[in-house]
Amino acid sequence: MSLNNQGRPSSIPSLASAGAAGIPSTPATISGDRGLDHEEKLIFELGHGAVGVDLPDVNVGDDRLGGMRRKGGVGLPGISEPETVRHYVRLSRMNYAIDAGLYPLGSCTMKHNPRLNEKMARLPGFGDLHPLAPTSATQGALGLISELMTWLTRLTGMPAVAMSPKAGAHGELCGLLAIRAALEARGEGHRKRILVPESAHGTNPATAAFAGFTVDEVPATPDGHVDADALEARLGPDVAAIMLTNPNTCGLFEPRVKEMADAVHAAGGYFYCDGANFNAIAGKVRPGDLGIDAMHINLHKTFSTPHGGGGPGAGPVVLSERLAPFAPLPLLVHDDKGFRLVETREDAPAGAQPFGRMCAFHGQMGMFTRALSYMLSHGRDGVRQASEDAVLSANYVLASLKDVMSAPFGDGPCMHEALFDDSFLEGTGVTTLDYAKAMIDEGYHPMTMYFPLVVHGAMLIEPTESESKEALDRFIHVLRALALEAKAGKTARFEGAPHFAPRRRLDETLAARKPVLRWKPDPLKQAAE
Amino acid sequence: MSETRYTDQHEWVRLEGDSATIGITKFAAEQLGDVVYVELPAKGKVVKAGAEVAVVESVKAASEVYAPVGGEITLANDVLATAPSTVNDDPEGEGWFFKLKLADAAEFNTLMDAAAYAEFTKGL
Amino acid sequence: MRYHPLTAEDRRAMLAKIGAADIDALFRDVPKEALAPLSVFDLPDTQGEMEVDRALSKLAAQNIAAGSAPTFCGAGAYKHHVPAAVDHLIQRSEFLTSYTPYQPEIAQGTLQYLFEFQTQVALLTGMEVANASLYDGSTATAEAVLMAQRVTKRGKAILSGGLHPHYAETVETVASLFGEMTRTPVTPGSAEDIIALIDEDTACVVVQSPDVYGLIRDLRPIADAAHAKGALLIAVVTEIVSLGLLESPGAQGADIVAAEGQSIGNGLNFGGPYVGLFATREKFLRQMPGRLTGETVDAEGRRGFVLTLSTREQHIRREKATSNICTNSGLCTLAFTIHMTLLGEEGLSRLARLNHAKAVALAGRLAKLQGVELVTPAFFNEFTLRLSKPAAGVVDALATKGVLAGVPASRLGGAADLLIVAATETATDEDFVALEAGLKETLS
Repeated sequence: MSLNNQGRPSSIPSLASAGAAGIPSTPATISGDRGLDHEEKLIFELGHGAVGVDLPDVNVGDDRLGGMRRKGGVGLPGISEPETVRHYVRLSRMNYAIDAGLYPLGSCTMKHNPRLNEKMARLPGFGDLHPLAPTSATQGALGLISELMTWLTRLTGMPAVAMSPKAGAHGELCGLLAIRAALEARGEGHRKRILVPESAHGTNPATAAFAGFTVDEVPATPDGHVDADALEARLGPDVAAIMLTNPNTCGLFEPRVKEMADAVHAAGGYFYCDGANFNAIAGKVRPGDLGIDAMHINLHKTFSTPHGGGGPGAGPVVLSERLAPFAPLPLLVHDDKGFRLVETREDAPAGAQPFGRMCAFHGQMGMFTRALSYMLSHGRDGVRQASEDAVLSANYVLASLKDVMSAPFGDGPCMHEALFDDSFLEGTGVTTLDYAKAMIDEGYHPMTMYFPLVVHGAMLIEPTESESKEALDRFIHVLRALALEAKAGKTARFEGAPHFAPRRRLDETLAARKPVLRWKPDPLKQAAE
Repeated sequence: MSETRYTDQHEWVRLEGDSATIGITKFAAEQLGDVVYVELPAKGKVVKAGAEVAVVESVKAASEVYAPVGGEITLANDVLATAPSTVNDDPEGEGWFFKLKLADAAEFNTLMDAAAYAEFTKGL
Repeated sequence: MRYHPLTAEDRRAMLAKIGAADIDALFRDVPKEALAPLSVFDLPDTQGEMEVDRALSKLAAQNIAAGSAPTFCGAGAYKHHVPAAVDHLIQRSEFLTSYTPYQPEIAQGTLQYLFEFQTQVALLTGMEVANASLYDGSTATAEAVLMAQRVTKRGKAILSGGLHPHYAETVETVASLFGEMTRTPVTPGSAEDIIALIDEDTACVVVQSPDVYGLIRDLRPIADAAHAKGALLIAVVTEIVSLGLLESPGAQGADIVAAEGQSIGNGLNFGGPYVGLFATREKFLRQMPGRLTGETVDAEGRRGFVLTLSTREQHIRREKATSNICTNSGLCTLAFTIHMTLLGEEGLSRLARLNHAKAVALAGRLAKLQGVELVTPAFFNEFTLRLSKPAAGVVDALATKGVLAGVPASRLGGAADLLIVAATETATDEDFVALEAGLKETLS
């Protein structure tokens, strides 16, 4: 079997009791709650019979239901509005959030989510607009999409952009499907191999397989770059594309990126760029000038649309001249009658050969409005300043920590994120996971851990431009102190961390061995009722 | 009279006559962490040496298991479906994955013995 | 700039600590010719909130919001009333600005509501297990087909002619690589004989109910026929409120349910972001795409929730993942959960009955008009009319009078004389009168 060294420790360590040295135990309360920290049941356990909306109770006959009227109930609980509000407010208070604290998550770009964006997205003309309303009723929305397309193409120096992908990974798929269509159009559909660095984000090889390609991994050099020589040696007449992230997942700009672009083009292939790290170079470098053919842009990263606890995202894809004809439906067209959407192949302008449709309707309009609001607020100079501050902050963190932590590529500058590994913890008995969980007790969300896979026990830190110098200094101070304590053998903080979060470490093994994925009514209780 | 050999992919093979019992080694199980799920091959499937034949999952990783020798699968260890923890408790005994009917005895003889495998894992 | 806390003084101090002469020293690996001067970017400079607000409000004012005019558009997106509490709650910082719950100890808020959501979806669809949402109904349908191909080890998918054409196209874009996709032709207002097409090479049959023309389908015989040939039935629902009144796909034998949840908690938003619902049987659990939240305990024995079975997902399995999905619909999923909680059993039932009653009343009135024929005999809150003039022209004419009369089938590649009309609980008698008057005038 292949030994996965990506697997972080997955058993619960034997836990220090609450009385472990330095960690005080707290007295139990009667309610089980503690001050402002409230425990909260599931809605299904809260009660039945109340209602949170007032709607008229109308009878309807069966005659128009085709015999398909529901026979039993759904089984949903019924609670009032005050109970519902309290329930979700209490749940929210168990979450960390960027509004509340720094997220040093490499690759995620957890920057501030401006509230103006939320206000703009909620203007009824955008938020309450039906996607299939007649075109004359949606000119402002189409105009907004067009303006956003202008920003995206000018920032990247690319001629075209596909707007419909619903997330970054969806954008990757869109880009690869465009490449596949382009290859087939020139009679080269036999090109099935895609070169992907071993440092790539998991979505890259997953998407390549999804789009029907085989993945060929390219190693990294000891200085954290893609091995350009190895990549160029692996090119051949069966290669469809290379997929690179630039800056890469080690936080470094690929110095030989143009050379690799030229090499894959000479070999008849395409260059897909994962745009997750665009926040390092937006407004300063145009990926189009580096020879890319397609790049998805994570609007929820670089352009501040909120992460919302996991989504929604948006992943528009900029396309080169060679791939532009294959952009998926719908296409946005502007003529003397105004804006309109081309939604079928038959209606497509001459030269357009869309490969199909990525999803229903037109894309994540709600995220477009927020992203454009961000772009208009920043302007080109603000976008450039954001990238420079992001890079400056990451380098400040790197320079301030590399003497006590181990930065495998720390001899030179990084881009917007700094990569550390776990060598500095060697012999201490403290793992990257333990270190990360101890950060939670200190009031910080952990950094990205165990990614990228090219270093052991990776810790990838991306502060973004949204942090003040005071916030960075506090963060640095805490990480330094944690590192020094680990190295001095003072491991109490790390054992069984976190101690102060709403939950201690959770048994993920149990969750995977005996999956319980929904609430079920208690049969004994039901029988009694 | 049975003999156990090992592969550099961390599988063990115990041969009795032409019946081979296969699992993952203690070293591998420790690296993997708590096993949560094992995907086993179907009875009757014919596999070549080196083919991917099973998948073992922990919470944070999924690893392919390769057939150390070729043959026809005769039995899969059903216990692992309800108690995957058996792989952690007794990886080289009760935690076996599947049995097969050995096609070519020569393949077994090319594998490492216990001493050679122990030496091999020291270097990892 | 108001979003950038660093001052010139800060930057100087930070550069000094780093030991760099200027910011460009940190960009030393970028080829000199690729470092673009600001002038290269033909884009405006920084603007204040007031200016941005003004510019975007101007664009917004050029659109006809559904709430500002009689609106009868449906076809996969529906105008419903979302209680005010929903939008307030989802804008709480801890929900709006939190990250994916990979560190469960400080994300129990997110994980618990996802567990509630998974339960709500399983209950609504009558299925055993549901995931924590996909992007939308169309991509959920595509994922369902891919999953059926994996489970049955067959490639062929039969897509009902009543499936929303955008959904069918989305499925074809990703699944045709792995098998033959067949779209069966259908007469709007009736069900095609899809059973006759199922054979031993079929991985799945995909049927939408109510379908794109509004027709309610009986899935039971299709499920039985599919199972007899070893194929799966994928049931698609684009108007999730219908499940408050209609039999669930699970009760009819569906193997996978792919649905659009937009109607609950989420505004129209010109097509996105929406929320994809995905539910299936327990035995297919490990083939499911997307995130899953599971119950467990922490080190002190307290109940808690975690993302689980992640080894199916891209960040672990990489090229062997069940999908490439990285996000779910996050905040849209929360909005669904909260709205569904406010509705509860009684609220959902009343909402569904009210929708149906409105549609039945409207259909009755419109069918009496000259030049209008009701095509759909059985429907939930949406039906199709055959008009004596091309529907697209009728819709455009009514739009100039401030009435959004529905979706012409031709917009979705259907017949020119068909108009798809939806009536939800938000439609009033005044709206009905306006539509009637408009149609009368345009069709005379």
